[in-house]
Amino acid sequence: MTKDKTDILHGSLALMVLRTLDTLGPQHGWGIARRIEQISGDALELNQGSLYPALLRLQQMGWITSKWGASDNNRRARFYAITRAGKKQLAAEAANWERIAGILSRFANPARESS
Amino acid sequence: MTKIRVLLSRLAGLLRKGNLEPDIDEELDFHLQMEIAENLRQGMPPDEARSAALRRFGGVARVKETYRETHSLPVFQVLWQDLRYGLRMLRRSPGFSLLAILCLTLGIGSNAAVFSWIEGILLRPFPMVAHQDRMMAIAGWNRDVPGDPDVSWPDFQDFEKNCTLFDAFIVDRITGVTLAIGDRSEVARSSIVSANYFDALGVRPILGRGFEPSENIGRNAHPLTVISYQLWQSRYKSDPNIIGKTQMLNGMPHTIIGVAPEGFYGTFVGWAMEFWVPLSMQEKFDPSGYKLEDRGERWIEGFVRLKPGVTLEQAQAEISAVAKRLEAAYPKTNRGCGVNLFPLWRTPFNNARTLFPTLGIALAVVVSVLLIACANVGNLLLVRAFGRRHEMTIRLAVGAGRSRLLKQLLTEGMILATIAAAGGFLMAYWCRNLFVLLLPARDGQRMNLPGEIDWRVLALSTGVCVIATLLFGLVPAVQTSKIDLTSALKAEAGGVVGGGRRRGLVRSGLVLVQVALSFVLLVGAGLLLQSLRGIQNISPGFSTMTLTTNVDVKVAGYDRQRSNNFQDALIDRLQALGGVESAAIQRTTPFGYRSYSSAPIAVEGYETAPDQQLIVDYNEVGPAYLATMGIPLVSGREFTRADNETAQPVAVVNDVMAALYWRGRDPVGSRLQVKGKWLQVVGVARVSKYERLMETPKPFFFVPVRQNSVGLGLVIRTSLPPAVMAKALAREVKALDENLAPGEVITMQEQVDRTTAVQRTAVMMLAVFGGLALVLAAIGLYGVMSYTVSQSTRELGLRMALGADAGNLVRLIMSNGLALTVAGVVAGTAAALGLTRLMGTLLYKVSPRDPAVFGSACLVMIIAASAACFLPAWRATRTDPVRALRE
Repeated sequence: MTKDKTDILHGSLALMVLRTLDTLGPQHGWGIARRIEQISGDALELNQGSLYPALLRLQQMGWITSKWGASDNNRRARFYAITRAGKKQLAAEAANWERIAGILSRFANPARESS
Repeated sequence: MTKIRVLLSRLAGLLRKGNLEPDIDEELDFHLQMEIAENLRQGMPPDEARSAALRRFGGVARVKETYRETHSLPVFQVLWQDLRYGLRMLRRSPGFSLLAILCLTLGIGSNAAVFSWIEGILLRPFPMVAHQDRMMAIAGWNRDVPGDPDVSWPDFQDFEKNCTLFDAFIVDRITGVTLAIGDRSEVARSSIVSANYFDALGVRPILGRGFEPSENIGRNAHPLTVISYQLWQSRYKSDPNIIGKTQMLNGMPHTIIGVAPEGFYGTFVGWAMEFWVPLSMQEKFDPSGYKLEDRGERWIEGFVRLKPGVTLEQAQAEISAVAKRLEAAYPKTNRGCGVNLFPLWRTPFNNARTLFPTLGIALAVVVSVLLIACANVGNLLLVRAFGRRHEMTIRLAVGAGRSRLLKQLLTEGMILATIAAAGGFLMAYWCRNLFVLLLPARDGQRMNLPGEIDWRVLALSTGVCVIATLLFGLVPAVQTSKIDLTSALKAEAGGVVGGGRRRGLVRSGLVLVQVALSFVLLVGAGLLLQSLRGIQNISPGFSTMTLTTNVDVKVAGYDRQRSNNFQDALIDRLQALGGVESAAIQRTTPFGYRSYSSAPIAVEGYETAPDQQLIVDYNEVGPAYLATMGIPLVSGREFTRADNETAQPVAVVNDVMAALYWRGRDPVGSRLQVKGKWLQVVGVARVSKYERLMETPKPFFFVPVRQNSVGLGLVIRTSLPPAVMAKALAREVKALDENLAPGEVITMQEQVDRTTAVQRTAVMMLAVFGGLALVLAAIGLYGVMSYTVSQSTRELGLRMALGADAGNLVRLIMSNGLALTVAGVVAGTAAALGLTRLMGTLLYKVSPRDPAVFGSACLVMIIAASAACFLPAWRATRTDPVRALRE
């Protein structure tokens, strides 16, 4: 069960994280998780923990950076920010995603296409 | 691009792993606190707020694990973990680790050492020489003479002129120069070389120059020499102005024109050269006369270098064709003659050929020792793996993959092998030049047989090491992979002595291999010992108590007349000494390196076939030689002072020659033609051994040294010990001429023994390693038996409780061990029967399947095995039945 979920998420989670950071600016992990849940309208049951390995992977790719800072309630937290390469990746991934979504929706709703 | 980046950042992550843990902990903790605070704000009670947050998050431990794996390279991490774990395990049982490492170090080290010997002595003996791989030795052959005769200079030049597939033809004839040092004279090895020698070999003198083409030409016209680096350092104190100075060599001043580079010892396997002189000086350095213009005088030993890409077969075909043309053009000297090319390791005229069988045996022996060592370490690991069965089972039970366990076990093997390889390479480095110690010194000098550790040797040794690791490392691994979880987790009981043989199968197999291999080595050692004893029992046909030495009068530049006078005077003085029975001159010392004179002969009244040419070896000897040597006279007389230059030429033949060419008639009074000169036969001597103990009786004759050449050798029949005689001799020689000194004084026995050095070396090596193998096998057997006993205390206790007495138990355990041994001996016998046939040339009059040798090897094996089994058996009888059963 977890396997399918993470597989789907692997690609899309990157997109969600990058978009979040692009829109909101630097965020800590919890903030990113909250935002993703809000945007998806709590429809997406995210295992919040799986966010962290993903964040590490994105850093290794060079798409985001991180540094320690103070949170709103003055606690030490790690803040993530999107890089220039990350923005480029976001654009490419978003376009790609739209294309795929378009194709898939045509398969999902053939009636609408023909009418 | 991105991939490389990821890899790099992961590698970096591997290095700074230490500070990762607190970071991720803090970050995750922050996340949970935020979530809990949020839940509280929404009105959850504290308990529920916390558990909801955790639920939402998923497993913290698993996230951390994934995070860690992502952060670095798991493969390395696992390896690193295994390494640390392995090291800890080895440290925990230092006795085991030490024993295992010692076994492997011996195995790997002796292999690497023998590889370096084979590389340095046989395969690439001349490290300073360019393109050794294209270098071949050249030697002649003669249809009527067995062995590999040399080549004449006119023939050599014709080959050089007419062959197209060759880069260079190089003459390199070893000779000796006597240098007087104090009251002993020493032989400095030197070489007569063609003028192209240094250029063709690509060896640049560090001072001065090599020879020039013109220096090949003219009888004794170029008294020049290139000296070795060692000689320059020791004798000339590294004099930077050495070039142009002169050195007396064989009574003639030679101008030093060059100093060879350090590490260049010439091109003769076995001896380091100290002087090189050009070909034109042949007469000065060869006691048997001027030979440069005579096609029938074959004296050249040499090398050729093939052009790139030319095979030995092509080169041989071309040079044989030229030899055929020469045979047609000069039938008188070249009938039935040709030349052969040899790869360096089969060079017939230096020590490569004599050492080849010994090195072959050495290789076989060290490979066996390595196998035994591997089996032993495998066994040790196995016993330990059994001790760790519980640990392995638990690791399996908590979810470790079997492949992970295998990796762990192999890693431990690798650690052992790596340490052992380091030790082994060190050992090989120390032993690389030790081979020479197995061979006797000659004239107080050790031979020069350096091993060579180059990348080939290192690569091969590393390969051996890897194979060894897999061999012994996989044994316990395979065993472990068979662990059955359910049965292994139950408290393990059960005996091993009585039933349940299957479990010990691998261990027993390893012991069997060890026993078999050491049995083969024992048989090999026994066979060689037997044949050495056989060889040493051969009577040489002369008195081995006679002393032999030489006084080289060439040093002082004596002419023939002076040296004759000197020799007569010396013999007179020696015979006047108390304790000296008689003394005589000889040109060639029997069993020496210098070969006898050899000439085509004709016998009066003996018809030869039209195509046949009789060629017989002979020696030039002085008056009373046969009496001094203790060679019996069959009929006639031996030489006296009266057989001098002016008297009628005479000869003494041996009885084999008499029987062969006179067919029962007494040869005394008939005539013999040698080199066109008729000699009167005056006596018949009993046949003796001339070059080797193993030789078959062959025709041979003597001529008076006065009527032929100048003698250098001296034989003395005396009751004085060699050391005393040497002092007296030095005194007498000095009294006659201040500039002269005798060489080493030894008994003929010693002289004979030096020719069996190869056999003795092989025996020594097999005995040492055979003994080592026996000890290793005994340790292996002991290990298995004591393990078996320690695993079956419960069974033994039960047997005792049921009435078995100590004798029964000892019998039970001993019979277990001995059954293994007997099985090993049977396997070893099968292997030995196949392998000992390969020892062919080293065996003398001993069958490779000699039952006595096999029998005694078997006995030794059984005794060693009984000793190894007795201790565990005795310990078994000490089992306390009550305690054993209660446990």
